[in-house]
Amino acid sequence: MSARTRPITTTEGTKPFSFSEAGLAECKALMARYPEGRSKSALIPILHVAQAENDGWLSVNAMDAVAHVMGLRHIEVYEVASFYSMFNLHPVGTYVLDVCRTTPCMLRGSDDLIHHLEKKLGVHAGETTKDGMFTLKAVECLGSCGSGPMLQCGAGYHEDLTIEKVDSLIEQLRARNSRTNYTDR
Amino acid sequence: MGRKLLFQHIDKPGIRGLEGYRANGGYRSVEKALKTMSPEAVLEEVKKSGLRGRGGAGFPTGMKWSFLAKPEGVPRYLVVNADESEPGTFKDRYLMERIPHILVEGMITSSFALGAKVSYAYIRGEYFYVARIMEQAIAEARAAGWLGKNILGSGFDHEIHVQVGAGAYICGEETALLESLEGKRGNPRIKPPFPAVKGLYDCPTVVNNVETIAAVVPIVNDGGEEYAKIGIGKSTGTKLISAGGNIKRPGVYEIDLGITCDEFINSDEYCGGVDGRAFKAVVPGGSSVPIVPYEMFLKTPTGENRLMTYESLSEGGFAQGTMMGSGGFYAYNDAQCIVRSTWNHTRFYHHESCGQCSPCREGTGWMEKVLERLEHGEGRTEDIDLLWDIQRKIEGNTICPLGDAAAWPVASAIRHFRDEFEYHVTHREKVKDPKHFAREPFRKSAKFATA
Repeated sequence: MSARTRPITTTEGTKPFSFSEAGLAECKALMARYPEGRSKSALIPILHVAQAENDGWLSVNAMDAVAHVMGLRHIEVYEVASFYSMFNLHPVGTYVLDVCRTTPCMLRGSDDLIHHLEKKLGVHAGETTKDGMFTLKAVECLGSCGSGPMLQCGAGYHEDLTIEKVDSLIEQLRARNSRTNYTDR
Repeated sequence: MGRKLLFQHIDKPGIRGLEGYRANGGYRSVEKALKTMSPEAVLEEVKKSGLRGRGGAGFPTGMKWSFLAKPEGVPRYLVVNADESEPGTFKDRYLMERIPHILVEGMITSSFALGAKVSYAYIRGEYFYVARIMEQAIAEARAAGWLGKNILGSGFDHEIHVQVGAGAYICGEETALLESLEGKRGNPRIKPPFPAVKGLYDCPTVVNNVETIAAVVPIVNDGGEEYAKIGIGKSTGTKLISAGGNIKRPGVYEIDLGITCDEFINSDEYCGGVDGRAFKAVVPGGSSVPIVPYEMFLKTPTGENRLMTYESLSEGGFAQGTMMGSGGFYAYNDAQCIVRSTWNHTRFYHHESCGQCSPCREGTGWMEKVLERLEHGEGRTEDIDLLWDIQRKIEGNTICPLGDAAAWPVASAIRHFRDEFEYHVTHREKVKDPKHFAREPFRKSAKFATA
């Protein structure tokens, strides 16, 4: 996504960022996968690592750390981070709920699911609940068109959702209260 | 019951692991190619098979491979497009999740034919868990000697890497994918030069869809001629179709190309007919292909049964046909509103436009705005002609096909369902209820005249 403006924030998240030891080792391993002089190819995978280590979003400090580790100019990192819709440029909740809104899911009731979640969580799509638990996002096609409506939370796909199923998912997540990331194994 | 080439063993226990895959004849194509064939002979079989790109464009794979430049001392690459993002399409995910080794096998055999020592599988970021499955399969294959140096003592070296994306439909366009793989924004490149000459890292590169590369396995095992026996005319072999929407049996089906559209949508072997109500419209190949009324999906303009082939689906051109596309099939029942669906499609393309070309960047947003007001009972009669005008000015005027893909759903919706658009202007209060047609289906017959 990029036709819409996704400004890089400078006012939020002044918290310093540095990779964990394991994270740094993963960055080095990723960079070594490509031919000589082509380690920039690791940028997207490394941004995923940084996002997972920075509470689910990419602050300027986190992106600058990526630039430093990879030997890139800051702008090379910002311009990529702002292009891809899985990179959050603002703080997010403990759980990010990516609800598919695209046509095949719409035919199977995604509009109703999104409205239900908006009402239940008391936020609009794109917002985070006051307690910082959930960020609700309406996203484009996730490739689960035969099992819609669906949502993605972390690495997991939750498919063939009904109001009852999604309610029970929300309760489970709330009770567990631990961050999920796309990179979770 | 059609022949299963890719799905033959998909339900066998343990098929996801190397042992189970091997027990069902896995990696035979690597043995056959590396031990008994030359790279040129493998290419010849692919050419004979008539295999066409399964990602959406349907370009003959053998021909694409034969364009690959082979300058001395320059590496060549195979890049597998697993960015699967075309709305309606979930076949590659299904394949990689359930039988990952068929893709690994296909990548090794294909890379042997192409002379590529390294290949990449670019998997969309949302499929992170699928990327993990692929990485596991690759690790197993490496440990068993199917990857690495001097595979089977043939002198052929090969490594496969999995690359994840991060959410961008445009990266399914092959040059945008290459940009993304190089760590950049997914902006499509101007062609020529084509990737076959100047692709990944400026080196000759073949980019193929997951299903295309998987199909190389049965083609090499059984021979291209055997593969070409399935199908009709230039639509040979089997095709994975991912079916969704208002049907009884959503799922991924491997069909013999050439079965009738009626059989596919109505038989219990496949979609099982309409879920409840009555069928209204069909998008047979992913959101980018023209939407057609149900009756037009079943019959060609001459009244013949339409077939699930590249040629038959497009018979009648854009006036009365559609396309095979990626095989992302979805059907609408009469509770659905075509204006709402077109607005939804257009919002998708606006969101996913990379922003390089102004007709696409501005045009998709403009169409979305107009469609949104029509759907919400705030449209004007002239909006329909305005939409027609905008989509025409996008089509053919952009670097990559996303512009066309954004234009066609709008053009076809107006072409076939213009009366429904008019209804939204004349019944503004009624359409303010988002479920307007669920309560009272729109019954006027579709017009087939070009606007």
